[in-house]
Amino acid sequence: MPTPRHLLWPPLAVLALLGLAALLLSVTLGSAALSLADVWAVARGEGSPLARTLILDLRIPRSLSAFAVGGLLAVAGALMQVLLRNPLADPYVLGLSGGASVGALAAMLAGLGGAVITGSAFAGAFLSTLLVFGLAHGTGSWTPSRLLLTGVVVAAGWGAVITLMLAISPAERLPGMLYWLMGDLSYSRSPWPPLALLLVICLLLMPLGRSLNVMARGPLQAAALGVNVRPLEWTIYVVASVLTATAVTTAGSIGFVGLVVPHMLRLVLGNDQRLILPACALAGGTLLVLADTLARTMIAPEQLPVGVITALLGVPTFLYLLYRSR
Amino acid sequence: MNRLDIRELVIDVPGRRDGRALTLSVEPGQVWGVLGPNGAGKTTLLHTLAGLRGPRAGQVLIDGRPLAALGRRQVARKLGLVFQDRHDGFPATVRETALIGRHPWLSAWQMEGGEDLRLAEAALERLDVDHLAERLVSTLSGGERQRLAIATVLTQAPQIWLADEPTNHLDLHHQSAVMALLAEQAAEGRAVMMCLHDLNLAARWCDHLLLLYPDGEACWGPARDMLVPAALERLYGQRLATAEIDGAPVFVPVK
Repeated sequence: MPTPRHLLWPPLAVLALLGLAALLLSVTLGSAALSLADVWAVARGEGSPLARTLILDLRIPRSLSAFAVGGLLAVAGALMQVLLRNPLADPYVLGLSGGASVGALAAMLAGLGGAVITGSAFAGAFLSTLLVFGLAHGTGSWTPSRLLLTGVVVAAGWGAVITLMLAISPAERLPGMLYWLMGDLSYSRSPWPPLALLLVICLLLMPLGRSLNVMARGPLQAAALGVNVRPLEWTIYVVASVLTATAVTTAGSIGFVGLVVPHMLRLVLGNDQRLILPACALAGGTLLVLADTLARTMIAPEQLPVGVITALLGVPTFLYLLYRSR
Repeated sequence: MNRLDIRELVIDVPGRRDGRALTLSVEPGQVWGVLGPNGAGKTTLLHTLAGLRGPRAGQVLIDGRPLAALGRRQVARKLGLVFQDRHDGFPATVRETALIGRHPWLSAWQMEGGEDLRLAEAALERLDVDHLAERLVSTLSGGERQRLAIATVLTQAPQIWLADEPTNHLDLHHQSAVMALLAEQAAEGRAVMMCLHDLNLAARWCDHLLLLYPDGEACWGPARDMLVPAALERLYGQRLATAEIDGAPVFVPVK
């Protein structure tokens, strides 16, 4: 439904409240459980030094990172799905995450760290973007099926390169690399850059929402209704690449968020991108915060990679929703 | 002015020689029919006129301004196209599908307002699909989808109508209703051009005809000059019997 403006806010408000609740939950749960009273004390600037360190330096940054990464991945997935008019599209399927992973792993393999890994992952994601869009375009048409197939093949290629890198890398680096490949938030540093990016992108996408709705009807129909199709397609792809690369460099490669969250939201809220995109940011964030909380607590003090949790949550949910919608 | 000028236009049909360049004007109040066998380039022509693909040569002018110099949004405010094929991406209701016709008229930050909704509802009612407003497009029949596509362009409210086989999938009553709607648009001062397969609809409703031959040849002019049995028989490679019913010529294929 083209949602009237006053109807946009209730679902977003509900999702925002759910997100806050999830963040609060993630702060109280962990290897050392804290009560809400402890959290409240720290929030007022009191509480024990241990609780302060635990909450302010460890849990809050990690939870905010999880929120940002989940939001980024869900928005990137929703954009890809509009671009390809295919609800199964996602940055992972199109090989963006693969490219970012190869970039990051190459930096790790070379023994480099920090900003170099980030930059290298960005480079990998953009190389993947150019490769997929360049090859899919070729001399002929730029059809969604061709794009999707190219993406799948390129992703498979990156998968092989990743396996090769793992095979030749020294044994002591393997655990870090593997955890990172499965998605792990314990390496994430400041949550503010990805959070800021998420907010900026959501605001930038707002005026494009209706054009995206028309794009979802196919490029010819969109062009006939006054959309500059090719520039918009490139904008979507570049924005989705930036979102994915940021998510991957923050937390490694986490699957299914970009696929499951937009799909679930579309089943409930319809397909107006002006509602779906901000809703994806909130719901994707909430999902990953909960998943990361589970990953930290399920076999505490050991931690699971959060990618395992998203897959375990995502796959059955997706199948169930798909089954119910028939 | 609501006119479409076609100057020395050669459409780009892959693997076909240029043939005869088209030079004609679709003026306000005129209803043009484009006739030709399968693969003669009717759809390609309409897409070229709408600026969705480039011509091999020549140019198209809307109100005297070259199509290439106009932005997509300006073109969409002037010219609407009823597509022959439609693709379902994501599920959408009939009402929201009609409402996308307002896209060229709204600024980026604007939401569809009451006036837009009213136009969409009126268009759905005019095409006799208002009772389906809440239904998902994917659940409609072929004819209902066709009427929805026309309702979407009616919501867009262009001054120049291009319609690719607007009577496809329609029952007899709705065929007549759609042709009457297009004729009414022309009578209100808009320019109309449509591709048709049904010679008899063309003979009854169009005042000008463009015949496209598969080899790139073409001829055009007032309908009464174009509806010559010999020319039509050559166009379709089919013998025709002719009669006159209700003041219009009727063509029936014979064995």
